[in-house]
Amino acid sequence: MSEAKLSSRGTALLQEVEQFLYSEAEMVDDRQFREWLNLFTDDLEYRVPMARNVRSDNIDNEYMEGAHDIHWIDEGKETLTQRVEQIHTGVHWAEEPLSRTTHLISNVRVSESVALGLKDEEVDVRYVFLTYRHRLNDQEDTVVGRRRDLLRRVDGQLKIARRTIYLNQTVFLARSLSHFL
Amino acid sequence: MTLQDIHSLVDVENGTGSREIFVDHDIYREELKQVFGRAWLFIGHESQVPNPDDFFVSRMGEESVILTRDRQGELHVLLNTCRHRGMKVCRYDEGNTRLFTCPYHAWSYSTDGELVSKPGELVGVPGFKTHYHGQLDKQEWGLIHVAQMRNYRGTIWATWDQNAPPLEDYLGSFSLWLDSALNHRDGREGGSVVLVGVQKWRTKCNWKFPATNFVGDAAHGVSHKSVNMVGISPSASGRRDERPKDHYAFGWPDLGHGGLGFTPRLEEDWVQGDVFTKYPEVSKYFGEVYATRKKNLEGKTHYQGKGTIFPNMSFHEEQPRTIIVSHPNGPEETEFWRFYLVDEDAPDHVKDTLRHYYMTYSGPGGMTEQDDLENWAYATEASKGAISRQFPYNYQQGLGWSEPFDEYPGAVWCGNLVTEQNQLVWLKRWSEFMQGWEWEYLMHERVHPDARAFPLKVGDK
Ligand code: FES
Ligand SMILES: [Fe+2]
Repeated sequence: MSEAKLSSRGTALLQEVEQFLYSEAEMVDDRQFREWLNLFTDDLEYRVPMARNVRSDNIDNEYMEGAHDIHWIDEGKETLTQRVEQIHTGVHWAEEPLSRTTHLISNVRVSESVALGLKDEEVDVRYVFLTYRHRLNDQEDTVVGRRRDLLRRVDGQLKIARRTIYLNQTVFLARSLSHFL
Repeated sequence: MTLQDIHSLVDVENGTGSREIFVDHDIYREELKQVFGRAWLFIGHESQVPNPDDFFVSRMGEESVILTRDRQGELHVLLNTCRHRGMKVCRYDEGNTRLFTCPYHAWSYSTDGELVSKPGELVGVPGFKTHYHGQLDKQEWGLIHVAQMRNYRGTIWATWDQNAPPLEDYLGSFSLWLDSALNHRDGREGGSVVLVGVQKWRTKCNWKFPATNFVGDAAHGVSHKSVNMVGISPSASGRRDERPKDHYAFGWPDLGHGGLGFTPRLEEDWVQGDVFTKYPEVSKYFGEVYATRKKNLEGKTHYQGKGTIFPNMSFHEEQPRTIIVSHPNGPEETEFWRFYLVDEDAPDHVKDTLRHYYMTYSGPGGMTEQDDLENWAYATEASKGAISRQFPYNYQQGLGWSEPFDEYPGAVWCGNLVTEQNQLVWLKRWSEFMQGWEWEYLMHERVHPDARAFPLKVGDK
């Protein structure tokens, strides 16, 4: 996709996708977690695969995404919902008090076929994110990586059907994934 | 740190331990030598290096080590530092090679038995003839080997101490529980693999918090209330874990190991609860496997439990079936490595259900583990002040109620699940190592003049 020439329909879609991702990020930063869950389809696949250091001639195996490979997180909507509910118990000590997060989203691109208007029920989106967290007094971390989402239009609204988050870190340095990336 | 100081840090008789142990920088430096320089440490699993020339980079304390299988199939554990000027010879996490070439000045080390007399020896030194005039003893300057290595039912262990006792003696009868984590669910020896992907993460806590948590802190279950409220268990009932009857804390005071496990009983009397009711096909699989187990092991004794092997390897035999190593990474930081085990020949859908549950529960993304990490991190932080560190921790729960439990030779219990007996067992061992005892004393073949008996119920000897 060296020269993405977007049709006017593609440009409109890109804009819609960007606005969708920004408002999603805002929802998480505002801790509107239950509302945030509504942005995901019921058949959601949510994965955060792990990376390892391998020789450059084996770089295709850098991220471990085999069928049985351990991830940081690999789940569906049921478990993601449980995470939200866990925060709402008020006794999930890793998020009590809550983290203050700010999500930055950039470099958004929608797949060419979609941009060209060949298919618009599902959109393949690639972009990068940076999530800063501060918690309590001096607990802070920044998690950076790439995301790939499959968005699906349901009753006219975009929803996330698949999200894969590729972190840059091999050793996770941010204590725990108690916040949403 | 004088010997007298070390003595005063752990008071087993009165059930207290100094906070200095968990925050002091000098004590930490000493631990790296006295504990991590001598004890048997967990390296990895043989299933991580299945083929000749495979390697997996692991840790022993703060040291980077390479677990590798040579072309003859033998396993070795080598210190990952060039003998010339210290450069890390392997900066990958895993891979396949028989030649480790140092990036700095290109000394190269081989594990190929056809080229070297001892794996890890130097094979190539640029300028060997011209600049060294052929006068460098290549055999002398090979990669450093651990002093001893042992493959125990697929798990690889090593120690830097030539005088350390055999691993089996070091484990004592606590190995019966380790077996319950490593063996196939149908009871056959071994038969398990580590799933691809070791979770590694850092948390600002002293490494002894996890070690003494996993040694059997049943009282902290309350900190996992939120997971129970949400119900992440694969059983439909919702609770995080439900276990068969007669689940107690057992500790091995002479060895420092301990955990939560079951009183031994005949295999045919073991009742395996169904924890996968939400997944009927998985339930069915385990139903069959446990029926096979009963048949295979009829008349034998069922031993089962989870806990910590001194110093820093902890395992869980059931759900989630994992090994966690709490590597010291400075006095106030731990680097955790979590390995996940499954039966090698379990059907794909079973492996898949298990791995999903494992990830939901454990690791930095684990809904249960997150709250543990929170406790350990802020306990470390709140203990390091000049004032706060003056006040010892309390380990008096169940103090003086322990009794020998003969069916596990060398073990004590108080007939309870909730007791701090095991933390004291672990701290007692830690103190013995830190005092620099020789192995004959550490293994209690001879009684050290400074030995302290573990406090038992009055009337019991
Ligand atoms: S440091 Fe390795 S060759 Fe010099
Ligand atoms: Fe816990």
